[in-house]
Amino acid sequence: MKFLKDFQNPLLVRETARRLEGLASAPAIIMEVCGTHTMSVARFGLKSLLPPTVRLVSGPGCPVCVTAQEDIDAFLALGRFPGVILASFGDMMRVPGSEASLESCRAEGADVRVVYAPLEAVDLARQTPHKDVVFWGVGFETTMPATALAIQAAARSGVLNFSVFCHHKTMPPALRALLAGGELKVSGLLLPGHVSTIIGVDVFRFIPEQFHVPCAVTGFEPLDILLGIESVLRQRQEGKALVDNAYGRAVKTPANPRAQSLLKEVFEPQDAVWRGLGKIPGSGVKIREKYAPFDASNRFREIIAAVPPARTRACRCGEVLRGVLAPSDCPLFRAGCDPSQPQGPCMVSREGACAAAFRFEP
Amino acid sequence: MSRVLLSHGAGGREMAELIRRVFLASYGPPGFTGDDSAALALEAGPLAFTTDSFVVDPIFFPGGDIGRLAVAGTVNDLLTAAARPLALSASFILEEGLPLSTLTEIATSMAETARESGVAIVTGDTKVVPRGSADQIFITTSGVGQIVRPGVSGAGLRPGDRLILTGSIGDHGMAVLLAREGLLAGEDIVSDAAPLTEIVLRLLESGCELHAMRDPTRGGIAAVLNEMARQSGVCVEIEESLVPVKPGVAAACEALGLDVFQVANEGKMLIAVPAREAEAALALVRQCRYGEQAQLIGEVKSAPAGRVQLLTRLGTTRFLAPPSGELLPRIC
Repeated sequence: MKFLKDFQNPLLVRETARRLEGLASAPAIIMEVCGTHTMSVARFGLKSLLPPTVRLVSGPGCPVCVTAQEDIDAFLALGRFPGVILASFGDMMRVPGSEASLESCRAEGADVRVVYAPLEAVDLARQTPHKDVVFWGVGFETTMPATALAIQAAARSGVLNFSVFCHHKTMPPALRALLAGGELKVSGLLLPGHVSTIIGVDVFRFIPEQFHVPCAVTGFEPLDILLGIESVLRQRQEGKALVDNAYGRAVKTPANPRAQSLLKEVFEPQDAVWRGLGKIPGSGVKIREKYAPFDASNRFREIIAAVPPARTRACRCGEVLRGVLAPSDCPLFRAGCDPSQPQGPCMVSREGACAAAFRFEP
Repeated sequence: MSRVLLSHGAGGREMAELIRRVFLASYGPPGFTGDDSAALALEAGPLAFTTDSFVVDPIFFPGGDIGRLAVAGTVNDLLTAAARPLALSASFILEEGLPLSTLTEIATSMAETARESGVAIVTGDTKVVPRGSADQIFITTSGVGQIVRPGVSGAGLRPGDRLILTGSIGDHGMAVLLAREGLLAGEDIVSDAAPLTEIVLRLLESGCELHAMRDPTRGGIAAVLNEMARQSGVCVEIEESLVPVKPGVAAACEALGLDVFQVANEGKMLIAVPAREAEAALALVRQCRYGEQAQLIGEVKSAPAGRVQLLTRLGTTRFLAPPSGELLPRIC
């Protein structure tokens, strides 16, 4: 805790903010890729410390937000199947699908359990041998190892009534798609610190090399975020573009070898649909053949195939997720869309750009 | 007789026996008559009347139990109206099979908390439902109090008022959550469940001018400050560094990603007083048993009306939004 407090030290924070002044003579748009960054920026009121020329925009790094509506609909459909228990992280409870959310399905009788860790869902399956427990695997590289461990644990002890509805996503392909789309003009990217603890720093080198955008792997305390911003602004001033590791106390340059081999053992890449970004090649993962019995998309193939296409919503979360629309510029923001009746995922998730703007900003 | 049976709620001899052995034995009021209604002797003047239900899980947690919560919660609600608590009712929904020793322990705790609050539990009801139809025990308490100072309301904030918080925040919510989920064992986090009669009555007796009082329970001080700001049409500005948070609670919130401003309390009061009374009122609160850690945490401004502003430790300002969604179910 003391260590953490140092990164919230008001004197250091203000001193760093002052250094930004000299680096921001020209306007700069900086994308904080990760939802935890968005949350932290809002919670600590950091925007008010930045030079007026520096604007932060939120990126696609909120796992709840980028989960495709049709995938939500499919998971809810599984819950209507008798004998199925749905297990999910709490963040997903209120995300609206086409017609319903996990919360409203639970009220209608579906058996929905909130778990803090995927292994809890394996335990739940052990305790309810006559039910099918389906865990909703969402999140980026940070949560994937925990899901992989759960699948291995279930395989090892033969918990055959456990399966994973796997919608994990990987960050580098999404950033490539976003930058290649050409819609987004940014002066720098704050790369997700927690994701980088798993996949390392080098996998992001294509960003400066191919798109000439300065990057900084960034932590989540106020000082971390300002140091990340300082790094990309300094790179810009010096005419450089590289991936700087501004979160050295947690992130090592090479990938975490144990996590990598675990992910490789359990998952293989596949295409995935992101809300707001569409289908991105190689940006999702599939459970490998070896663990096929634990893949809910195999086990419930017919139910999932029968789910009708998602109904389009008026919400413009897609543009918010691509960093081209500020939450307050969405016509639904505070006008029919708020955390108590969210129209889109960016307002539901604690880490969503809209929820952060709603809760903390004027 | 070691467990609650359906017959204990059936209105017959078994029920009379349960009432005598458990409830009358622990908190039977003086002059109990066994009639269907209690008779209360009141002075003239307005009454405060409130009710609350308690479904906390687990029913025993560090620092308290569902019984202490049920008495303190209703007493504190009466106190927010500047009322002297007079009498409570206590109604129980019991699950068949609940050990009678558990029920007795809860009733004893209610008796102690009522004694501490200076209030009598004068009437009640008992229902028993089949196993599985309720989870162990649910309690509803209602209370009446004699309003000592009319007009103290959440709508009473005025620009310039100072806000007193009677102690650290988040203790109850984190204690219950950690006890329920078996998380972070060994952390010294204890519920603050307590009746605040001494604090409020001493303030009233001192003649101190009070504009508003609220006990920040579910939704934490974030919910209550927003309610008061909206009700009064003012802006509440509080300073993060002045709000007491115990280190263990802060660490647990950080680890679980919870905002301590939204976590429940069960023994705290937010009190708005005019600036000229602030120091004297604070000194008085600090002399009371549950007010030693009290702090002045902020003040009331006129704009932006209906909002709560937080001055962070970094010197930045942000809004403190009311919580939404199911933060922590069955916390009280």
